[in-house]
Amino acid sequence: MTALLELRDVVVRAGDRTILHVPALTLDAGETLTVLGPNGAGKSTLLRVAGLLLRPDAGQVLLDGQPAREDTLRHATAAVLQRPLLRRGTVASNAGIGLRFRGVGRREAHQQAAPWLDRLGIAHLRDRPARLLSTGEGQRVSLARALATTPRLLLLDEPFAALDEPTRGRLVLDLRELLAKHQVAALLVTHDRREAAALAHRTAVLDQGRLLAVGATEDILADPALSPLVGGASLLDAELARLERRRPASSSAQPCPNDHGEGERDAQRRGRG
Amino acid sequence: MDLLREAIGSALRLLAGGDAYTLEVLRLSLWVSLSATACALAVGLPLGMAIAIGRFPGRRLLLAVVNTGMGLPPVVVGLVVTVLLWRSGPLGALGLLYTPAAMTFAQAVIALPLVVALSAAALQQVDDEFRLQLRGLGASRLRSLWEVAREARLPLLAAAMAGFGAAISEVGAALMVGGNLRGQTRVLTTAAVLETSKGNFDLALAFGVVLLLLAFVVNLALTLAQLHSRPSSR
Repeated sequence: MTALLELRDVVVRAGDRTILHVPALTLDAGETLTVLGPNGAGKSTLLRVAGLLLRPDAGQVLLDGQPAREDTLRHATAAVLQRPLLRRGTVASNAGIGLRFRGVGRREAHQQAAPWLDRLGIAHLRDRPARLLSTGEGQRVSLARALATTPRLLLLDEPFAALDEPTRGRLVLDLRELLAKHQVAALLVTHDRREAAALAHRTAVLDQGRLLAVGATEDILADPALSPLVGGASLLDAELARLERRRPASSSAQPCPNDHGEGERDAQRRGRG
Repeated sequence: MDLLREAIGSALRLLAGGDAYTLEVLRLSLWVSLSATACALAVGLPLGMAIAIGRFPGRRLLLAVVNTGMGLPPVVVGLVVTVLLWRSGPLGALGLLYTPAAMTFAQAVIALPLVVALSAAALQQVDDEFRLQLRGLGASRLRSLWEVAREARLPLLAAAMAGFGAAISEVGAALMVGGNLRGQTRVLTTAAVLETSKGNFDLALAFGVVLLLLAFVVNLALTLAQLHSRPSSR
């Protein structure tokens, strides 16, 4: 079967230094591939090359087995970056902007994007100025804006990194459901192994611009040799464990009366999706 | 103080009464300065865009030149444009000296550095990654640049207004390349200079007041535009 996207002998240089070298990397239709690695590993560069937002110095990007043209690839993909980067205007106008770039009229773009606002649980925000949203809400708009273009491939550059822990968890699970339901392939760049575990069929590991391993996510995450690069138990985890060991058994925290609220909202949101 | 009060009254009377001479000077002033601002924007916005988001050798030098140009003395501009348009000068064959076109050219040169520098500063305020995000959503290069300009539209409007202000308020270049010919190249500033030299302070002040009123109207329009687009824009 021909891969949806293929990177072949891709090299990106910054001056004399090679900052990315990927001999071969493929992504099938409907598949989610995570690229894990520490800061500065070249993950974002790889994602930008995959969307031809950055031209490699050598190598090829293939779409459906053919060398990808910039305009063809741009219309087959949609990117979500670390920050929402919304434009002036309402949530609804932001959600439809990718469709507007594809020549869809304003009214029709709003109509086509509206269900995605609903699926991501932000339909009630549609007339609100986008600049007044929280980061979590903004990132949901960013995802709706990308998914509304019905891309064959979603390019995700650490889209959950700026979110607090509960918001991140909910959004990751919502995205997993949407990707599976609509059979959208995704290339997710992250340094969080939990996101890889929740979303990815396969995982690639990048370090200092070199592709070290590609394989099933569970195998990659379980590989002790790769553990330092894919965010295995960190020093802070050890600190947390130490603190928990010191805690007397009787002082266990009582659940907050409002704690169930998030779960209920989460369930409602997934029900709508 | 009486003179000032009298001048304001005189200016209002001239405008309200539809004084032909005043209206003719006002009309030409607006035409020349708006044309000059349009020319400065046509050249200055792309240049400002290139400086703000382009990466090319000499970019910083260009920015330094543009910043220096913001303090360009109008008399020097007038002198250079006069030499260029002089009958035996490089552009003498066009026969533009002492015409509104020559004044437009000179005022556009004066407004250009302001438009370039302020629009570059305005566009630099837009997040670098914003254009990448737009491209990642399928925007063409041109469309992504348009969207960046759209994000910075209020400071860009301020750049246009600053260019217009510089154009309409300058006197040296307009006098040198226009010649202050009644009915042909006389504008508010040169008319005010002429009336002052003749001792007609009330009329000179009246022209000054008209200039101030123009500046007020332009700034009011800018302020209203800012207030209109701040709460929520589409």
